[in-house]
Amino acid sequence: MKKQLIELRVNGRSHEVAIEPSALLLDVLRQELQLTGSKRACDDSSCGACTVLVDGVAMMSCTLLAASCEGQEITTIEGVSEHGSLAAIQKAYGDWGGAQCGYCTPGFIMTVKSLLSENPDPSEADVRAALSSNLCRCTGYNQMYEAIRSAIQAERKGLAEAK
Amino acid sequence: MSNDFSIIGKRTAMVDAAEKTTGAGKYTDDLSVPGMLVGKILHSPYPHARIKRIDYTRAEKLDGVIAVVIGKDAPNPYGILPVGHDEHALALDKVRYAGDNVACLVATSEAVAEKALELIDVDYEVLPAYFDPEESMKAESHLIHDNKPHNLEKDYHHVFGDPDQGFADADEVAEARFIANEVTHAAMEPHSTLASFELDPHTGRPGRLTVWSSTQVPYYLQHKLSLVLEMPMAQIRVIKPLVGGGFGGKSEVIPLEIIAAIAARKAQAPVKITYTREEVFWAHRGRPRTIIDLKTGVKKDGRITAVKARVVQDGGAYCSYGVVTILYSGALLGALYDIPNIQYNGYRVLTNKPACGAMRGHGTVNVRFAFESQLDELAAKIGMDPAEIRQRNLLQTPCVTVNGLRVQSYGLPECIERTVARSGWKQRKGKLPRGRGLGIACSHYVSGAANSIIRSDMPHSTVNIKIDRDGGVVVYTGASEIGQGSDTMTAQVAAETLGCTLSRVRVIAADTDLTPIDIGSYSSRVTFMAGNATLRAATQVKKLIAAAAAKKMNCAPEDLVFRADTVVKKNGHGSTDALVRPERSEAASVSGRVEGQILRGSLQQKRKDEGPKDSLTFEEAVVAAIDFHGALTGTGSYAPPAEARGGKHKGAGVGPSPAYSYSAQVAEVSVDEDTGEVTVHKVWAAHDCGRALNPVSVEGQIIGSVWMGMGQALTEEMVWKDGMLMNPGLLEYRSPSSIESPDVEPIIVESIDPEGPFGAKECSEGSLAATIPAIANAIYDAVGVRLHESPFTPERVLAALRANRSFKALNLTEGIDPTAPTRFREHGGSLWFKGKGPERHPLDPARSQTGAGGAD
Repeated sequence: MKKQLIELRVNGRSHEVAIEPSALLLDVLRQELQLTGSKRACDDSSCGACTVLVDGVAMMSCTLLAASCEGQEITTIEGVSEHGSLAAIQKAYGDWGGAQCGYCTPGFIMTVKSLLSENPDPSEADVRAALSSNLCRCTGYNQMYEAIRSAIQAERKGLAEAK
Repeated sequence: MSNDFSIIGKRTAMVDAAEKTTGAGKYTDDLSVPGMLVGKILHSPYPHARIKRIDYTRAEKLDGVIAVVIGKDAPNPYGILPVGHDEHALALDKVRYAGDNVACLVATSEAVAEKALELIDVDYEVLPAYFDPEESMKAESHLIHDNKPHNLEKDYHHVFGDPDQGFADADEVAEARFIANEVTHAAMEPHSTLASFELDPHTGRPGRLTVWSSTQVPYYLQHKLSLVLEMPMAQIRVIKPLVGGGFGGKSEVIPLEIIAAIAARKAQAPVKITYTREEVFWAHRGRPRTIIDLKTGVKKDGRITAVKARVVQDGGAYCSYGVVTILYSGALLGALYDIPNIQYNGYRVLTNKPACGAMRGHGTVNVRFAFESQLDELAAKIGMDPAEIRQRNLLQTPCVTVNGLRVQSYGLPECIERTVARSGWKQRKGKLPRGRGLGIACSHYVSGAANSIIRSDMPHSTVNIKIDRDGGVVVYTGASEIGQGSDTMTAQVAAETLGCTLSRVRVIAADTDLTPIDIGSYSSRVTFMAGNATLRAATQVKKLIAAAAAKKMNCAPEDLVFRADTVVKKNGHGSTDALVRPERSEAASVSGRVEGQILRGSLQQKRKDEGPKDSLTFEEAVVAAIDFHGALTGTGSYAPPAEARGGKHKGAGVGPSPAYSYSAQVAEVSVDEDTGEVTVHKVWAAHDCGRALNPVSVEGQIIGSVWMGMGQALTEEMVWKDGMLMNPGLLEYRSPSSIESPDVEPIIVESIDPEGPFGAKECSEGSLAATIPAIANAIYDAVGVRLHESPFTPERVLAALRANRSFKALNLTEGIDPTAPTRFREHGGSLWFKGKGPERHPLDPARSQTGAGGAD
């Protein structure tokens, strides 16, 4: 198949990439742009390890055509850290043991980001429902809930202090 | 032992947490090297067939195909156990399961490799296949391996005490058949290997091999690569990058790890192979389907008099860890309760399915499900509370069990007490509304096997420590971090022993060129064994530092206390804490940091002139030690003591451990009697881990074990049809999502083991086995049916409920079998079918049965 040149905006930067029209976003991110934080684990959008934000919406990049994302703003796990430091959710996942082997963690963090941008004060049921799009085999999820709660509190505290 | 620690026992984020939460950490599939090619494997579509011919001339001609590798390219057999060298990286003459490895294509891109796979022509002669272990044991012809009559991999027959007398003495005896269906690890990271050769400058030919692989056992991989490639181990370097979960699935050598190296040699370029999820399911090595015929006798006072178990494991097509698995199933009937008489008959049977191997709770889980269910039944028969019957059968420790297992620390009594208390067992048991129930069960596990799978006197773990003038502590350990917190544990133990901060310690792990030998991350051995080795290495370095510091401080080395980056005299200046802060800030304000790093004659002299000091910073002490001794390095190793290595009977090598962890759990469930659906609301899980070195990790391991046990109890199952896996995807395999996952309350019990590092034992596996029977017993409490087959799917629960009421059995799947595929998935390049299902040999036993046949 003949390659075509497309422009992808990823984490606030533009990249011109020559890809086959059938190329999947995950493969383009990992192989063309070396953004290997998004993971391939199931091949068929059942596990969420490849979750990225496309115009702020959590999408599974393993079953998304890269060419279809032209002109949209893509955020990957590499774009989550703030000002060179860990974002509150990243710090909290470490502190509370929300990540063990870490392979599913980037996907979870993108899902949580998407949840919190839509609903800054989610109930436990909201959190459980949102996380159900992603699979983790290590943690049993319990410590993730605590991490998310503590990240929300840390964000609030940070905002209050900023004012 | 003192409980006053500055790092041990404190809640600590894992040392590699930021790498994982930012996506910066590299797993094997994230790596690439210049000129790297992609490998794709062609798998067998038949469960049992002879390969008559492989013709890959058409594939080779395709543009972009660099090499085609087949079995003849590296024909040496291998296997993880010395007694089980029955595998070939690529099939030589026969394929033994649908999914067996036939050929490997090396190409410039994945797309080309996938296309080329279809151009390989293989002629098979289909053979009769065996899918059910009990059928397979009757086989007379067409054996899976010629040297294994009746397809029996191994059988063991153990008698300890006098079981017949035990049953004669019993007041109540229960006997039943339990079946635990097959489950797999499904670690989130698919297996991946990158192999690359360097040219030898002297011979000009391919020389050293470097392999990056997602493995729990880099040293075993190095050993097997050496065997198959006929290269000296010293020429092979295995590096373990981050590993995305193992659970036992990466605790042995998976075919792609060897195939990648063979392919790199043949293609004369680096080759990476990453399995698709479907291939991961076929690589398997999970927990075998197990048939347990169990008989237990008890006295009226609750004491167990005898246990008799016949265990048949459906081991799949190769030995893998099978011999060990079947031995664990029998050996770990002991060491949890005091059982005076045990009879065990274990059969590991070969079938034409992917090989089963080690999975979290290796060998113990399914038998524990049966035993704890039956104990519950017996408690009901003698009218005793299920928690109490467990308390009546406790070991009197320290002791050696009837089957030769040495038990020292034993936190089970406290585990039972605390789960019972936290769950409100006494107030709530039996008083919940119908449909809701509580169940209790216990389990245990080894803290590493006392005998290595390769019999030798070699230490199981060795650790080196190097400290330089900068005061940086580098720990070199062969232990494999796979997400369980191995590197963090190592850093904590080193920092606590040396009295420095955690941030000073850098752990270099699992690189066979850099790190001393460690047999790997399996059987929950790392904290106990690599932890002890780290402790010994750090103690050795600390002695060197203390000797030099003592000279500077004009005191005896024994009078020094190392803590929080400071070395102070024990006596004279009151508590160490009072000294820590002022001394540190003063040192830093003068020139501590710079001074510590660079040798400066004048500053050194100045310090000497100051006369003896009452305290030194860690850096000053290190500099003093290097000036005094030269290089500052230490090494420590660990081998389990002879007393812990078990009895003398055949098979006694498996089961013994220097220490056992203990767990007691209460599960609260509700059962929908109309649909048969079981919901787990909460699990209280107490786990005796000796000492919790990092409570965050310990709790994470307990919750994770309980969760994985719950998956096996309720939903997870590998569904087979004629040797074909019907659910090779993460969605279809149905491991629980956050919606189905209960709250787990971890309760840490610390029994402080006399031999563990700071008293620690294992915490990653022991809790899993209790969850399944705790849920089964809770279902019994809720609706009065006892389930004998896991997972407890709505179909099975409903069938049991209807049988209990003498209703006609319902066949919910008749005619609408959701597992009957109309077409097969072909994604990811793993080509299972070319448009048709497997052909059946006329003699195939599966043919004679109506319809489904096969494993279930």
